[in-house]
Amino acid sequence: MREWLRWPVLRQLSGSDFLGRGRAARSPSADEPARIENADSVVRSVCPYCAVGCGQRVFVRDGEVTQIEGDPDSPVSRGRLCPKGSASRQLVTSPSRQTKVRYRRPHGTEWEDLDLDTAVDMIADRVLATRDETWEQTDEQGSLLRRAMGIASLGGATLDNEENYLMKKLYTALGAIQVENQARI
Amino acid sequence: MSADGDNRLSGPLADPAVEAGYPPEHPERVGFFTDTSVCIGCKACEVACKEWNLLPEDGLELSGMSYDNTQDLGATTWRHVAFVEQRIDTTTRETVDIGMPDMTRPGDSSTAAVDPTEDAATQIRWLMSSDVCKHCTHAACLDVCPTGALIRTEYGTVMVQDDVCNGCGYCVPACPYGVIDTRPDTGGASKCTMCQDRLGAGETPACAAACPTESIQYGPLDELRDRAAQRVDELHEQGVTEARLYGHEPTDGVGGDGAFFLLLDEPEVYGLPPDPVVTTRDLPSMWKHAAGAALTAAVTIAACFVGGKR
Amino acid sequence: MAEAHPVGFQWVMEAKRRGAKVFHVDPRFTRTSAMADQHLALRVGTDIAFLGGLVHYVLERDRYFHDYVVNYTNAPFIVGEQFRDTEDLEGLFSGFDASAGGYKTESWQYEGTEASPSAGRRDQWQKSGQPQEGETSSHGRERASSGPERAGSGGPVYPGSPESDPTLTHPRCVFQVLKRHFARYTPEMVAQVCGISEEAFTEVAEALVTNSGPERTSAFAYSVGWTQHTVGVQYIRTASILQLLLGNIGRPGGGILALRGHASIQGSTDIPTLFNLLPGYIPMPQAHTNEDLQSFAEADGATKGYWGNMRSYLVSLLKAWWGDNATADNDYCFDYLPRLTGDHGTYQTVVDQIEGLVKGYFVIGQNPAVGSSNARQQRLGLANLEWLVVRDFNMIETATFWKDGPEIESGELATEDIGTEVFFLPAAAHTEKEGTFTNTQRMLQWHRKAVEPQGDQRSDLWFYYHLGRRIREKLTGRRPERTAEQRERDRSVLELTWDYPTEGPMAEPSPDAVLREINGTGPDGESLSGYTQLADDGSTRCGCWIYCGVYADGVNQADRRKPGNEQSWVAPEWGWAWPMNRRILYNRASADPDGRPWSERKAYVWWDTEQEQWTGHDVPDFDKKKAPDYEPDPAATGPEAIKGAEPFIMQSDGRGWLYVPAGLVDGPLPAHYEPQESPVSNPVYPNQQRNPARQIFARPENRYQPSGAERGSEVFPYLFTTFRLTEHHTAGGMSRWLSHLSELAPAMFVEVSPELAAERGLRHLDWATLVTARTAIEARVLVTERMQPLRLDGRTLHQIGIPWHWGPNGMTTGDAANELLGVALDPNVHIMETKASTCDIRPGRRPRGVELAPFVAEYRRRAGITELTGTEHADDPSLTGRDERERGNENER
Repeated sequence: MREWLRWPVLRQLSGSDFLGRGRAARSPSADEPARIENADSVVRSVCPYCAVGCGQRVFVRDGEVTQIEGDPDSPVSRGRLCPKGSASRQLVTSPSRQTKVRYRRPHGTEWEDLDLDTAVDMIADRVLATRDETWEQTDEQGSLLRRAMGIASLGGATLDNEENYLMKKLYTALGAIQVENQARI
Repeated sequence: MSADGDNRLSGPLADPAVEAGYPPEHPERVGFFTDTSVCIGCKACEVACKEWNLLPEDGLELSGMSYDNTQDLGATTWRHVAFVEQRIDTTTRETVDIGMPDMTRPGDSSTAAVDPTEDAATQIRWLMSSDVCKHCTHAACLDVCPTGALIRTEYGTVMVQDDVCNGCGYCVPACPYGVIDTRPDTGGASKCTMCQDRLGAGETPACAAACPTESIQYGPLDELRDRAAQRVDELHEQGVTEARLYGHEPTDGVGGDGAFFLLLDEPEVYGLPPDPVVTTRDLPSMWKHAAGAALTAAVTIAACFVGGKR
Repeated sequence: MAEAHPVGFQWVMEAKRRGAKVFHVDPRFTRTSAMADQHLALRVGTDIAFLGGLVHYVLERDRYFHDYVVNYTNAPFIVGEQFRDTEDLEGLFSGFDASAGGYKTESWQYEGTEASPSAGRRDQWQKSGQPQEGETSSHGRERASSGPERAGSGGPVYPGSPESDPTLTHPRCVFQVLKRHFARYTPEMVAQVCGISEEAFTEVAEALVTNSGPERTSAFAYSVGWTQHTVGVQYIRTASILQLLLGNIGRPGGGILALRGHASIQGSTDIPTLFNLLPGYIPMPQAHTNEDLQSFAEADGATKGYWGNMRSYLVSLLKAWWGDNATADNDYCFDYLPRLTGDHGTYQTVVDQIEGLVKGYFVIGQNPAVGSSNARQQRLGLANLEWLVVRDFNMIETATFWKDGPEIESGELATEDIGTEVFFLPAAAHTEKEGTFTNTQRMLQWHRKAVEPQGDQRSDLWFYYHLGRRIREKLTGRRPERTAEQRERDRSVLELTWDYPTEGPMAEPSPDAVLREINGTGPDGESLSGYTQLADDGSTRCGCWIYCGVYADGVNQADRRKPGNEQSWVAPEWGWAWPMNRRILYNRASADPDGRPWSERKAYVWWDTEQEQWTGHDVPDFDKKKAPDYEPDPAATGPEAIKGAEPFIMQSDGRGWLYVPAGLVDGPLPAHYEPQESPVSNPVYPNQQRNPARQIFARPENRYQPSGAERGSEVFPYLFTTFRLTEHHTAGGMSRWLSHLSELAPAMFVEVSPELAAERGLRHLDWATLVTARTAIEARVLVTERMQPLRLDGRTLHQIGIPWHWGPNGMTTGDAANELLGVALDPNVHIMETKASTCDIRPGRRPRGVELAPFVAEYRRRAGITELTGTEHADDPSLTGRDERERGNENER
């Protein structure tokens, strides 16, 4: 009986929405909450694209980013985002993102799998070998050089300051001076 | 219920939500005022819309229509930024035909190569405008919907209920703006909901929230109409005499749009119909005529029988 | 700005709403032009002429801000008698050495001083009295006269006090030198060089000067295309001169605003992953005999301004890095710092990869196979490595060059022949880690972690911390087998402070701990609150002196998020801006010499006579208690030597530099030179076509084209410039893989005018092939009225716009614009010229496979290109010793 009373046509005939174009025809889906409402957390962040530094609010549910939008509190951006900033959710959740280490051996024709731990270990070995192989302690006049000219690095402008700091610190200690980033490009 | 039964399908209508059965204390009617004079064509609205509504990409085609590769509103494109390249006469503020690039070879056309130095009074103008569902006061899509999938909401907007829509597609040709369409992946009809779920959460629709220059303004429709009128005055004072509103008039063919625009040229230039009319406007009179015809027929038939007895 | 920084552009729209006039000067009509009151389409590569014209306009009509100029700039200083201007030497300044391709700069100094470029070079300078000839090495000529390392934070230093003439009438005072130098930059000349009308130019000039002065300010905003020229630094210099003359620096609404293109590109300059700098713009030491900490730092200690405390900054940095191992006895491990011997920038590195000198390469969130000039050269470098580590989100072209790069397609390289071992490591995104970005206005903002990265995805902090940890473990383990020499070499690694706490199952190191180290600690181990606390006795540690204070009071100041609408318009409690949370640098200049605001309307910071201190809307960029009438003791050094009315506290004279007596390698004043490749002969200095001091690499894979009137330049008749689109990001790594961005700009295209289309038979949406001496690419044609031919001296010039986001991988693909560009650099900062070059364009797709190379070689042959083409008067040691025989082989490549 109660079910019967919820039939739209009955609601239409009995209620104020005689033509059934609004309230009477309404399905519960029209009242579903916005996914920002049932987020487990809202995390304050900063847009990763250009250097304007727009504020972002990152909505998380069940350990996944469900929405990224502008932070209205930011005096820089006042809640607004450009198309790239607006695509940040897709950037971080894109299925094209690689999740596994890929390895190409010298002269290899295909990618291979490689354990992350092994990869970092191999890279450490390569760094040390190249460092020894290309080490310059002094120049011909005996001036101190203390560097390894076989190692170079490119990138940093998309990273955090803390990351750039560790990069520069480690490279400098290793004697790698050919360290560059997008600022010169 | 409206006082005048004729108003159900056309003409001015003060409160479409009440008309659709919501109690008088329903929220204010809201809408979009898109001020194209400050649109920078960044397309943040398009992306923010797709991100929020989880709409798929719908074509990787270089259109050649200036920077507009979206081309149209559709079932999976609920915001569309049009780009129009023009040459304008700075004294008369009339547009000068520059022969928009088409499939003929530019340079062959006599209008294509206007020498800028010959006529210093002309300058390039690049119009951008973010189009969206108009959320008509009289929405033909919802009038023709046989399933009740399309409804008027408590905010006076028009939305499709995915779980109700059976994909019949009647709404598609009914829309005077060509906005609504059926999705190839789900088969259901689909268009802007004005972020119904966000409105429920007290949030601004995604497009308006992202818009960097406040070209897309969201708010109570009455407020937006006042603001728009002021903006037009302001632009006229600044000499932008071509500024005009589109879709703001409750007396127009759709009873006024819930999403209206400030344009800098004729609506056709932006791909908007100049004088849209709700396609169901004549339905009541058609019904009357149909009913009259049926009655006449019935009487005639009855007369025949009567006459037959004679 | 609307194109590349739309959200920043909201403030321009806001200003416009309040009546501001917006001028857009750009070769292309862009989305910014659409919103501007006026768009000036100037010829690519002519901004110095345009800006120089404005300088001329201001000087000629006495429209400069007199009190500001006399008191706050070096306008009154007297330049030495030896100086000769471009007016005297037909486009050269005094000191040019044609054989070295560079300047000896001692003749540029003020009278009564001896300027020295910077600490890194200073000792060499002082010993010889003049710059020594640079040594020739595989890493290019070491420019004894270069030293712009501090460009980001202050100028070079000089001891002594220059002679001065506050009346600005002395014929050799900077003001008069300036007047003479810019005399030929008349509106007529501007029109002739830039291809804009005199009327349009005058309208801009008049609007600019009218809107400058005590009551008003004007701003220049540039996206960093301004820097991407062989005269890039001088572009910025010209704008600086203009803004100083108009009093638009250090004041609200003024300035020269660099709109930078990556989330932390400012941060990666401040805490530099750059070869020539240490954190906080301290130069990397150069290789010289007997150089030690004392000699490195002492000259700065003897000069005026905050660079006078450089020893404190450096010692605190060394303490942060080597901790207790850094002591006064071992010079705080100063010898652990590797030494430079010239240019070790990225383009030199690529040459060294091709030459087999660089064997291992880390590429971190960057895509040089698409994003660097002469992309093929980049890939040839990658293909010659022993090992390559790429850390990114997606399979970018730099990671896959060996498999499907253009050289594989053309048959130039075969996958099996490439010996490069490639490690691709997936990176964590900004939502998967916490840390700070420094935005384009020097503001640090902490972003918090939202979710965990998936699979092998890790932060770069994780990667470098654990890489360092492993390297240290391995070195420790191998210690017994290491030679004494090797053990000595390992000390800088093993003694490094590298004990960051880690947390979670992934053992993620704490970015908070790193930020605390960057901020620095005092003797008590507590966070410091500002760089003035730094000491040179080893009692303080600080990873980056200009960031000192970001963790003041033990609070992460970069994580402050007081809503903008709940604080003043300066919004000082959102994030933290270096230095000392100052939002406008040199803001002492917003008050007059007596410390009063120049006008109420433009009041920003001022001297509070009752409190006897500086106060205002922002943190004063000045010693808070130093009164406007403070006169230093003549023997004073460092900050104490700065007068109370000298706002430019990082400069060694406290003044803004209209004229640069030291620190630049290509002239003390800007001069218009044509780009490396131009279809136009230099109308300003007919005898100097190109920047005579530019840096070039004459190599087989990097051939230059004839320019101006040189024979063969007609083979590449069209100007082109590269540009960004709103819809994409840089080399595409963060946009070409996203459907919501790719669909908005789904194909590589080029913009041409209807006239050029008609001239070359190009059809809208069809393919076109663009050719330079380097290679040929193809793109779809967008014919648009927004591109307009220039009329120059009765001649029609066409310009082509080429977006540079595309490459072969991702959802939307296309040839990379950078394939076309050669590598020709600004000599001060080694930035390449991407914004002005020449090419040919023709209808149809480019030749494929093996047909491509001969196609391009034929162009080189027609243009008569040899290894000498375009190399005159330039710094290119590799040319010496080349013979005619090699020249003949050029076109074989």
